[in-house]
Amino acid sequence: MKRRDVLLAATGLAVIWQVASMIVNRPILPAPWDVLVVFVKELSNGLLIHFGVSLWRVTAGMLISVLVAAPAGLAIGASKTANRLLSPIIYLLYPIPKVVFVPVVLLFLGIGDTAKITLIVLILFFQIIVLVRDQAVGIPPQLLQSLQSLGAGRRALFRFIYLPASLPAILTALRQSIGTAVAVLYISELFATKYGLGYYIYYNGSTLFNYPAMYAGVVAMSLLGLGMYFSVDWLERKWCKWKFVS
Amino acid sequence: MIDLHSLTFAYPYNSPLFENFSLSISRGETWSILGPSGCGKTSLLYLLAGLRKPTSGEIKIDGELLTRPRPHSGLILQDYGLLPWSTVYENVELGLRVRKFYGADGKHTPENYLPKNNVNLWLERLGLGEVAEKFPAQISGGQRQRTAIARTLALEPDLLLMDEPFSSLDAITREDLQNLTLSLCAEQNLTLVIVTHAIEEAIALGEKILLLGDAPNKTAKVFENPNAGKSEYRTSQEYRELCNSLWKEMQHETA
Repeated sequence: MKRRDVLLAATGLAVIWQVASMIVNRPILPAPWDVLVVFVKELSNGLLIHFGVSLWRVTAGMLISVLVAAPAGLAIGASKTANRLLSPIIYLLYPIPKVVFVPVVLLFLGIGDTAKITLIVLILFFQIIVLVRDQAVGIPPQLLQSLQSLGAGRRALFRFIYLPASLPAILTALRQSIGTAVAVLYISELFATKYGLGYYIYYNGSTLFNYPAMYAGVVAMSLLGLGMYFSVDWLERKWCKWKFVS
Repeated sequence: MIDLHSLTFAYPYNSPLFENFSLSISRGETWSILGPSGCGKTSLLYLLAGLRKPTSGEIKIDGELLTRPRPHSGLILQDYGLLPWSTVYENVELGLRVRKFYGADGKHTPENYLPKNNVNLWLERLGLGEVAEKFPAQISGGQRQRTAIARTLALEPDLLLMDEPFSSLDAITREDLQNLTLSLCAEQNLTLVIVTHAIEEAIALGEKILLLGDAPNKTAKVFENPNAGKSEYRTSQEYRELCNSLWKEMQHETA
């Protein structure tokens, strides 16, 4: 994704937004320019802190998800027995909408960041484990056999094949999860907190009826997601150079 | 060097590919294993590589019972088995990195192994110096096969096992690499066992040709071919005659 294309798309969306706000002509849909002015003003008025808190929660959630789900996916994908025994469990749990566990998670983990991060992990865990497992299962046997013939045992297979082969899958899972993670972040920040973009958007929109500020929060959340997309793309270009060669 | 004694091998729920099969291969010999698809030639190579276990009977290499891949054997597969995420240099270095990973444990790595970096030497020897930093997807099929050969030879094996390594290459590159393989085997005193379905390749490379037929294979049908690898052999009358008789034998075996 090129930055120029993103800028063009943003301009296009701003034009549509401007037209829509002119048609609606009510405070509930302010014009993009008004929102931009408020956005800049709000940055020094606490929005940056909310952004930072949300960034920390979603990054921590994604990192923990990768650290837990990627090795688990590799282990399951590398062993037929593990795959046979554990995949049905994953398939049973995967479709459950994890958002329904918000009260349970809050009850067990309290009102701090742990509960919010756990909720993100609960959702991302399954997306990553399934993608990484599929990647591990799909590794050509010739690749494994040729490394085995060079003396590799199970540990070396993990180190030299399973791990690097799963990197693109992990990054793909992360890219696919960003949208979900940000959506879950919003929901998790509606409860028991005074920081985070979710709280900021809800508080301004539903309590203060300060719509320009609410939209400034939405813009911040969109930038948060966009920044994460760019980060994953950057990591992919850095770690998976072989995918970009002609 | 290699002794197969009363070997029986079958994949689970399948009829055996080999039954009470015995064969002996001496050090420094070049062997071609020839046969139609499904006759068990690749399975035999995997058995020799220690990647498959006999159902019964035994395989001994240098007097030792083979139970797992042996550090002194090198295996080169049809699709080269190169890591797509590693450069040519890193692929050639791979076996050495695996050895470094385990240390000289006698199981994955020879007990007397002393780490050394001969990657550049083999890259240059096989004409890969200029593509060392490229990924496998960026180089030609011939260069990929050279990389696989360099990777194996960097481990200084005494036995080279090859599974239809040149089948996807064009004729010129194929002949070039066949000659290179033979000269490297002579130079390094390697024992070569190469699996092929092409009669011409079997004759060009193997001083001895093992012809396999429809399973189960019970006795080793071996053809002597002492002139393999000699210059001008490919254009000789003797070569053509052996091609013809092997062709007839193969037809007879699969009839």
